[in-house]
Amino acid sequence: MSTSKAMQQSFALRFSSGAFLAFWCLLAAFPIFWIAIMSFKSPVDAFAASPWDVITGPATRGNGDGLSVLDIVVGLAVLYFAIRWAFTRLPGLVRQYCPPGMIALGWIFGAVIYGVAFVLVFFGLLPLILGGVNGLLGPLGTPVLGLTTEHYVAVWAENEFYRNFLNSMLVTAGVVTVSLTVGTLAGYGLARSGSDLAFWLLILALIFRALPHSVLVAGYLPVFINSSEILRPIFGEGAPTLYGQPWAVIAVLVAINQPFTIWMLRSFFQNIPAELDEAARVDGCSHFQAFRRVIMPVMWPGVITTGLFSFLLGYNDFLVTSLLLDAQNQTMVPAIAGYFNRETTTTDQVEAVAAAVSITAPLFLLVMVFQRQIVSGLTAGAVKG
Amino acid sequence: MKFKTFAAFVGPSIFMMLLFIAAPLVSVFIQSFQETITIQEQVEVETCTPGFVTQTCTTEIKTVPVLDENGKTITETRWVGLQSYQNVLQMDKLWEAVGAGSWNDIMQIDFWRALRFTLTYTLLTLPLVLGVGLAIAITVNNATRSIRGPIIFVSLLPFIITPVIGALSIYWLFVGDGILTALLERWTGNNISMFAQGWTVELLMYLYKVWSSAPFAFVIFYAGLQTVNMDTLESAVIDGASRWERLRHVIIPHLMPLIVFIALIHLMDTYREFEAIVGFRSQAHVISLQWLTYDFMTPDDAGNRAISRASASAMLTMIGIVFLLIWPLRRTWRDHKGSAH
Repeated sequence: MSTSKAMQQSFALRFSSGAFLAFWCLLAAFPIFWIAIMSFKSPVDAFAASPWDVITGPATRGNGDGLSVLDIVVGLAVLYFAIRWAFTRLPGLVRQYCPPGMIALGWIFGAVIYGVAFVLVFFGLLPLILGGVNGLLGPLGTPVLGLTTEHYVAVWAENEFYRNFLNSMLVTAGVVTVSLTVGTLAGYGLARSGSDLAFWLLILALIFRALPHSVLVAGYLPVFINSSEILRPIFGEGAPTLYGQPWAVIAVLVAINQPFTIWMLRSFFQNIPAELDEAARVDGCSHFQAFRRVIMPVMWPGVITTGLFSFLLGYNDFLVTSLLLDAQNQTMVPAIAGYFNRETTTTDQVEAVAAAVSITAPLFLLVMVFQRQIVSGLTAGAVKG
Repeated sequence: MKFKTFAAFVGPSIFMMLLFIAAPLVSVFIQSFQETITIQEQVEVETCTPGFVTQTCTTEIKTVPVLDENGKTITETRWVGLQSYQNVLQMDKLWEAVGAGSWNDIMQIDFWRALRFTLTYTLLTLPLVLGVGLAIAITVNNATRSIRGPIIFVSLLPFIITPVIGALSIYWLFVGDGILTALLERWTGNNISMFAQGWTVELLMYLYKVWSSAPFAFVIFYAGLQTVNMDTLESAVIDGASRWERLRHVIIPHLMPLIVFIALIHLMDTYREFEAIVGFRSQAHVISLQWLTYDFMTPDDAGNRAISRASASAMLTMIGIVFLLIWPLRRTWRDHKGSAH
């Protein structure tokens, strides 16, 4: 598309808008980028006053932890091929080995295997081989860039952060599954019913969306703590105490997420022509069969997008999980608050940084892979009305 | 669709929302008028310690909780009316402070301090988020097609990232001799500590909010810009409209429903700010309404949670959001009715 002469931009305008964009990108990425760098340095370097020292890490290098020229070259090459294969080979393999109809599950499975393999090769095999080769190379093998993974080892192995990680995975998996099952049904019902009741239900959901979460948690907390006494008449002696239970938190988060989920899924369902399920109904399907056999197969993009946002809600939640889960069942985000109390030395502080980066890494990958879905999900409700 | 089928589809979702949103709401409302206290009694306790010749015994009167036959403390729930609200609002202290005309005294009361911060935080950041979001959307829309993907990727990061971590990542840049504090110190030649006084912490929190919310506004505006009618725009050019006039009279009116939509979401989400307080550890200087409720609900040193006060402050928080949302909701309603005619 060629723009007419009147619509063309002057050089000054193009320059200033380019400069503004560059500045914004720097602003958006810098804090995250910087804590990622800090997490790989020894405490002295991580909190050094000179930015150059934070990047190169002389004290870290002095401790004997660092990357040589060879490490950097080989590491970048491995990274490059890993990313390339993720986009070229992996889709083919998933399609080849996945039983038909299970493509979503196949993708999750494939991505997890690929991720684990990458971590094993990059952080396990590579240092082992390069450690041997570096010794033989002389000047090329001496470290030039300070870098240490000791904080990550401390966080994940010594402080048992993997427990929090597993709890996070449990909670988010639960939130996504239940949200989508309940939400798709409701979204479909609301999209296909033109009744006033449907309209008022949507307005009610909007009001529920606005409620501060603390209001809801103030309601759950006493009930959850006393739940075994309240439920005793129904369940007898084995009545559970809901406080501290991950599945109780899942139910709460699903409820908090429902208003948003049904709004979003409804707008996706409205984009699917109603003729499609009418045709299925003429062919003898019931409403539910039409929903399951005809509509759901074309709804996958909408479901994946909504699932992403449910994932974000479950994964990012601090308030609900920190108040309703006890210390053993804590998820990652509230667990990081535990580092504040321990934060007496700079080593603790850098460990907290490493934990924060660990929490961020999956989100980073998520945006990278699903950017298109996230953007379409955000705009689905807004632009189409 | 028959009502029965509709109910079968929508039922589970409505059930969950009623059970986990509406029911807690009702229970919070009731709790805010009640107070649960442990029944205590005063007992005479004689404690003896071995002395040099004889035992030294002292008798004192102690207050201990009454236990039932299972060894659990007995609690009693009483109807206290507006007492919890009074405890949160502290109206007597407020009037005293207003009478004395002392702003500082008003800010000594947690609720009013939280309300002041929450409102300024919500309302001050709103125009900034809208403005920055629109600016990014317009410049990205003007940029070459090939670089739009990476820019959208980078822009989404602050929005997607866990809010506590986002706040922390900015906190670490400024804390102590953090890299940006060091830079500022070198630049101004003064010794700067960003977290020692209230206003710098607050400033950083505003920055954080704009940083983390502008991407949402950007994406929505960017999508809206794709639907701007090119013919209208070109006829505006032919009529001699400058860039600024085109923005003012063609683009912004076109985006108006989106501006209201973003304002609605921003008010909802910023009003319940909580993570920034945790991330910046700003409790000593500024607190938000949601943090106040959280604080009441966290067990204190004795392990007690101030549930009834938390309920009262939660109800007050909710009343606030209703007031804030009246304007955008009325506008949406008018647009809805207007489009129906």
